Amino acid sequence: MSHVRVRGLSKSFGAVQAVRELNLEIERGELMAVLGPSGCGKTTLLRVIAGFERPDAGCVVVSDDVVAGPGRIVPPEKRRVGMVFQDYALFPHLSVEGNVAFGLSNRPREERDSLTRRTLELVGLQHKARTGVHELSGGERQRVALARALAPEPELVLLDEPFSNLDATLRAGLRREVELILRDAEATALLVTHDQEEALSLADRLAVMRDGEIVQVGPPVEVYGEPATRWAAQFVGEVNVLSGVARAGGVETELGVFDLRAPAQGSVHVAVRPEQLELRADANGNAEVVAREFRGHDVLYRLRHEGGKTLLVQLPSLELHEVGDSVFVRPAPSAVPALVD
Amino acid sequence: MGLRRLDRFAIGTVLCAVLVAGPLIGLPLSFFVAPGGLSRFSGFVPEAVEATAILLVGVGAGTFLLGTALAALVSFFEFPGRRWIEWALVLPLAMPGYVFTLFALGLDLPGIRSTLGAVCVFTLVLYPYVYLLARAAFLSQSRTLIEAARGLGLSRARAILRVGLPLARPAILGGVALALMEALADFGTVNLLGVRTFTDVIYRVWFIAFDREAAMQFAMLLVSVTLTLLVLERLARGRARHAQLAARGDVVPPVRLHGLAALAAVILPLALVGLVVLAPLAQLSAWSVQSINEGLLAPEFATAARNSVLLAGMSAILVPVVALLLAYGVRASRSRTAAVSARTATIGYGLPGSVVAVAVIVPLGWLEQRIDGVAGTGLLLTGTVIGLFYAYVVRFLALAWGAIEASLIRIPRQLDDAARGLGADRLDVLARVHVPLLRAGLVTAALLVFVEVMKELPATLLLRPLGGDTLAIAVWQATTESLFKTAALPALLIVLVGLLPVALMIRMSGRGGVEVEASPAVGAWVEDPEAVPA
Repeated sequence: MSHVRVRGLSKSFGAVQAVRELNLEIERGELMAVLGPSGCGKTTLLRVIAGFERPDAGCVVVSDDVVAGPGRIVPPEKRRVGMVFQDYALFPHLSVEGNVAFGLSNRPREERDSLTRRTLELVGLQHKARTGVHELSGGERQRVALARALAPEPELVLLDEPFSNLDATLRAGLRREVELILRDAEATALLVTHDQEEALSLADRLAVMRDGEIVQVGPPVEVYGEPATRWAAQFVGEVNVLSGVARAGGVETELGVFDLRAPAQGSVHVAVRPEQLELRADANGNAEVVAREFRGHDVLYRLRHEGGKTLLVQLPSLELHEVGDSVFVRPAPSAVPALVD
Repeated sequence: MGLRRLDRFAIGTVLCAVLVAGPLIGLPLSFFVAPGGLSRFSGFVPEAVEATAILLVGVGAGTFLLGTALAALVSFFEFPGRRWIEWALVLPLAMPGYVFTLFALGLDLPGIRSTLGAVCVFTLVLYPYVYLLARAAFLSQSRTLIEAARGLGLSRARAILRVGLPLARPAILGGVALALMEALADFGTVNLLGVRTFTDVIYRVWFIAFDREAAMQFAMLLVSVTLTLLVLERLARGRARHAQLAARGDVVPPVRLHGLAALAAVILPLALVGLVVLAPLAQLSAWSVQSINEGLLAPEFATAARNSVLLAGMSAILVPVVALLLAYGVRASRSRTAAVSARTATIGYGLPGSVVAVAVIVPLGWLEQRIDGVAGTGLLLTGTVIGLFYAYVVRFLALAWGAIEASLIRIPRQLDDAARGLGADRLDVLARVHVPLLRAGLVTAALLVFVEVMKELPATLLLRPLGGDTLAIAVWQATTESLFKTAALPALLIVLVGLLPVALMIRMSGRGGVEVEASPAVGAWVEDPEAVPA
C-alpha cells in the first residue's frame, strides 16, 4: 500500500471545478512533483491534502489514516502533514528557533530542544537560531520554512511553489539543497510547481496536471520521453508534433523515418523533441534557419521546413549555422519519439 | 448559508452579536408594547425637536467652518511653528463637553446657559473631527490638480476654493457627521446648560417620571436621527475613498506666510487651543488646589476615583477581549453570517449612552425577575455593575473592534494555515500567533475604552448601582449644584487621562503616518494611524 493515497478527489469553488476525481499515490520516502500551468488546481490539491479545504468528494489517506473522506474530516492540526508555503508564512514575532519549535509545543522540553537543534543543523542554520526572521535572506527564510515543516517529523511534507520567490541565480543551488535536506530527513514530499526544469530535475516521480486532472504520472525520464498526450508533450519541454504513417516498427514522416517503441499502424502523430533531430549545412537542403538561440552548451534553431512547418532543433554548439542558411534536417540516429493524440 | 456550515466560531460570533445588538430591538418594539407612552410627555416633544434642530444646524455650521479653515491653514500654508500648531489643534479632543461647561459656568461666561451657548461649547470641543478628516483629505490631494487649475487661469486661493475644497468635501462632511453624532449623544453639556434636547428628556422621563416605555420611545426618536447621520457619514466616506484613489503625485506645496499674516496664523490657533484646553486646565488646577486647601473636596471623591479606575480598567480588559473574539470568530469561521453579525454587533457606537442604557435595562430587568423567581437573587443585573458593564460593551465594542480589526486584517491568512499545519488548533492560533502580533492593536483598544469609560456620563448615571458614583458623575453632580471648586479635581483627572490617546495618535502620525516592515516572509506588515479612531 502506498504511503499517501488520494482517491477520486473533487473540489469546486462555485462553478469552477478546481480538482476533478483525481487519483494520486505517493510511496514512503518519495519526492513527488505535481507539474501544471497556473490555475490547473495544483494548489487546491495541496490545500485539500493539508486540510485547509474540505473536498466535495473522494478521500485522502495518509499512512493508513483516512484524513478526509465521506463522513470524516480530520482538522489540519491533527493530520501530521507539514507545509512549506509559497511565501514561507514565517511567524514574524518569533525567532528562527521559535518558528522551528512552533509545531513541537506538545513535546517534552528536552525532546523539543533536541529536535529543534537537530532540524536547524539539518538545514544548516544552527548559527542563526536566535535571529529574527526579518533579518534573514530569501534563501535562509526558505530553509527556516522547510525546517519548521520537518521538525514535527510529519508523515508528508507539502511544498507549494517553493522556489518561485527566489532569484533565478539562487534557484538552482537551493533546489539541490532542498532535495538533499528532504532526502536526509527521509521525508515523503509532494511539491507543486509550474516550472518544468524544477520538476524534472528534483522529483523521483512527476504528475502532470491539467484542468484539475492528472494527465500522466511517471519518472521524469518517462514523462519527458514518452508523453501521454500532445498537451503533456508540449507542456513538459519543447516539441515538434509531426504527422506520419506508421508501419512495422517505424513511422514515416516528411522528415524521414523514426523508430517506434511499439509497433503501430495507420496515420499517427509523433512528438519529436528538438534534440531528436539533427541537421547539416546543405545548399539544396530541405529547410532554412529562421532564428538561432545560442545557449552556451547548446543551440536551439528555429527552422522553416520546405513543407511550410516550423521546426525546433537542438544541437551541441560545436558547429554553428547562421540565420538564413539552407540546411538539411533529418531524424537523429537513436531518436525514438512518442506517439501522441 | 446553511446551518451545516456554521461551526462553533460562527455560532459564537452570532450569539455575541445577538447579545450585544439584541436589546436595541426593544426600542422600536416599545411603540407596540405600550402605544401612547410618548403622548404622556407630548409637551416635551416640540421643545426637544427644536433644541436638537438648533443644535444640529449650529454645531454643523460651526465645526464645518472652524475645522475646515484650520485644516486649510495648516495644509496649504507654511508659518513659524506650523508643525506644533498642527498637532496642538487636536488637543480639544481630550476635553469632554461637560468639563468645558463646568469651566464656562464657573467663570459665569455671559449667555452660556442657552442653546446658543451649547452650540458654542460643542463647536469648540468637537471641531477636531472635521479638522482631522479635512486635513488628511487636503494632504492627500495631488499638486497636479491644483496646478492644472492654476494653468487654467485661477489664482492660488481660487484654485483651493474651486478644486481643493470640493475634492475634500466628502471627508469634511464625514467629519461634520461625526461631530454631530457626538453632540447628539451628549448629556452632560446640555443638561448643565439647561438645554432640553432628547438626551436630557430621556433622563428626566426616566429618573423623574420613572416611565420606562416613554423613555424608550424618546430614545427611539433620538436613534432615528443618529442613524440618519450614520448613513450620511458612510455615504460621505464611500465617496471620499474614490476621491483619494484619484489623487496621484506630489502633495500641494505650502505657501510661506509673512508679516502680519504669519503672526495671525500663529496667534489665532494658539488662542483657540488656549481657550479650549489650556485655560480650563489652569483654572481647574487652581480650583483643585483651593478645594483641597479649603476642604471643599467631596467626601465621596476617593470612592468615585476608585470606582472610575475600576470600571474603566475592567472595561478596558472586557471590551477588547469580546471584540477580539468577535473579530477572530469572523476570521476563523470564514463565514458570511459571522461577518454580518459582527457588523451588527458594532452598531452601538453610533448610539448615545442614554439610549444604550435605556435599551439594555429592559431585557436585563426581565431576565432578573425570572432569575429572582428561581434563586431569589433580587436585583442581580440592574442593581449591580453587571448592567453597567453590559451597556459599556454595547456602547464601546465598535471602538475596540475597529482598532483590533485594522491590525487583524494585516496578518496574512497563511500564518493561520501554517500554524494549523504545525498542530495548533484555532484557539492556539489565536493565543500563539494573533495575540502576540496584535499587541499594539489590543493596547490601543484597551486605552481607548479606558478613556471613554472614564468620560462616560449618561449610561453610568442611569445604570450605576448604589454607591457607584464615578468621577464623571462627581463632576456633573457638583456642577449642577454650582460647587465648581468641588467639581474641579475630578474634572482635571478626566481631562489628563483623556490626553493619553490623543498623545498616542499624535505620536503614531508623527512617524510619517505609515510604518512598514515589509518582507516577503511575513507579508506587508503595516501599522497606520487610521487604526485609531479619533
